Amino acid sequence: MADRLHVGTRKGLFELVRTRKGWDVAETRFLGDPISAVLVDADGAAYAALDLGHFGAKLWRRDKGGDWAELPAPSFPEKPAEAKDDPHPWSLVKIWGLEPGGVPGRLWAGTIPGGLFRSDDRGASWTLIESLWRSPERAKWGGAGGDQPGISVVLVDPKNPADLRLGVSTGGVWASGDTGRTWSLINQGMYAEYMPPELAGDPISQDVHCLSRCAAQPNVIWCQHHNGVFRSEDAGATWSEVKAIRPAKFGFVVAAHPNDPQTAWFVPATKDEKRYPVDGKVVVARTRDGGKSFDVLTKGLPQKHAYDLTLRHALSVDASGERLAFGTTSGGLWISEDGGDTWMAPEMRLPPVAVVRFAEY
Amino acid sequence: MPKVSFTRALERFLAAPMVEVEGATVSEALAQVFARAPALRGYVLDDQGAVRRHVSIYINDQPLADRQRLTDPVEPRDEIFVLQALSGG
Repeated sequence: MADRLHVGTRKGLFELVRTRKGWDVAETRFLGDPISAVLVDADGAAYAALDLGHFGAKLWRRDKGGDWAELPAPSFPEKPAEAKDDPHPWSLVKIWGLEPGGVPGRLWAGTIPGGLFRSDDRGASWTLIESLWRSPERAKWGGAGGDQPGISVVLVDPKNPADLRLGVSTGGVWASGDTGRTWSLINQGMYAEYMPPELAGDPISQDVHCLSRCAAQPNVIWCQHHNGVFRSEDAGATWSEVKAIRPAKFGFVVAAHPNDPQTAWFVPATKDEKRYPVDGKVVVARTRDGGKSFDVLTKGLPQKHAYDLTLRHALSVDASGERLAFGTTSGGLWISEDGGDTWMAPEMRLPPVAVVRFAEY
Repeated sequence: MPKVSFTRALERFLAAPMVEVEGATVSEALAQVFARAPALRGYVLDDQGAVRRHVSIYINDQPLADRQRLTDPVEPRDEIFVLQALSGG
C-alpha cells in the first residue's frame, strides 16, 4: 500500500507520509503557489505543475533523493497564418493532466487550451502532438468552467503504452492506438443536457469531467460526466449510463479500483448550477457491482453544514485499492485505509485542494 | 545602454538581476536578456512572444504600448521595468 500522498493546493504542495501514528505532512514546497498537477513516476521522480497567476504554467521535477529543479514547460509553436481563425490560444495556460507513459522516461501532459504534449526524456523536452492539435474538429472543443477547453485526463493502457484515451472538457473521449500519430473521437452513448436536443448525443459535445480506468482490465473505463456517470466495457467506444449513482449524478471525479472492474468511487455534488454536497453532507459513493448499486459512505466525513467540493484530480486510490484520499475546495482532506468504509482527516487546515495523488514509488 | 530590471517576485523562482543591454526596442533589449537567461523568457512572455496577461512592462514611467510585439523604442538612458500586474494573483 502507498505510504506517501501528494496534495497540490492553491497555495503549495504538501507531501504526507504514513507513520505509525497516522498521516502527517513530511514536506511542504512551493508555498504560496498554485499547483495544478502532480505525479510520481516509476523511477521515483516527482513532478509538480505550477499555475502561476502572473508568470504562467511551470513544471518542476524532484529526482529520487534530490531537490526540486525547474524543467522547460510544454510550449506551443508559433501560430501560423492559416490558424488565424482558431478560437483557442496557441499558448500554454495550464498543465492539467500529467501521466506516466508506460515506458521509461515517457510522460504525457494534457493542457488547457487543449494541447497534448509528450516527453521521452523525463520532462526535459516536450513535443506538441500536432496530429490532434491540427485536427479540424478541435475547433468544436469548448471551455467548461473556464474560457478554454482542456485535456483533463490522459489514460495509457497499462498493457499497451501505444494505446491512449483522452478525456476532453469539453470535447468527448479521443482514442489513439499508435502513440498519438492518429486520433479518433470515439464516445457513443453519452448525453449533454446543456446542448440543443438534436445535439445532445453528439460525441464532441460531451463534457468529460473525469475518466478512470481499471488497471487490471483496461477496457473498463468509468466516466464522471457533467450530466451523469457512465461506464464503458470497450475502452471508451460505447457508454452506458450508471443511473444508480447517489445522492446525485453530478460531480467531477471518479476513481476506478485498480484490480476490480466492478468497483469505483465517486464524490457527488448537487447538480451543475449549484455544486455543493447534497444537504451539506460530504459523502463518497462506492459501487462494487459495476454500477448497479451504490453505498453512500459517510463514516468520518462531515455530515452537517459542509460545503466541500471535490474537483477532477482530487480523488486518488492506491495500487492496492484499499487506500483512498480526497481533497476539497474548502481545504478538506480525508484518507481511508479500508476502501472507503471509514475516513480520517489529518490535523491540518489546507488551502483549496486541486490534486491528490498517492505515490507508489 | 538601456537598463532592464525585474520584479523581485521572480526571485523565488529564478535569478533576475538588473542588467544593461543593447537594443533600440523593448523586444531587442529583452532578447539580449533572454539570451543570457533563457528560462526567464517564459515568465515574461507567452508562447507567442506577447507579454503575459498579468505582467506589466514600463519604459521609465510609460506603460509598454505594443504588448504583442514589444516594438516600443528605447533610448540608451531609458530604464525598462518588468513588473507583476496587480491582476492575476
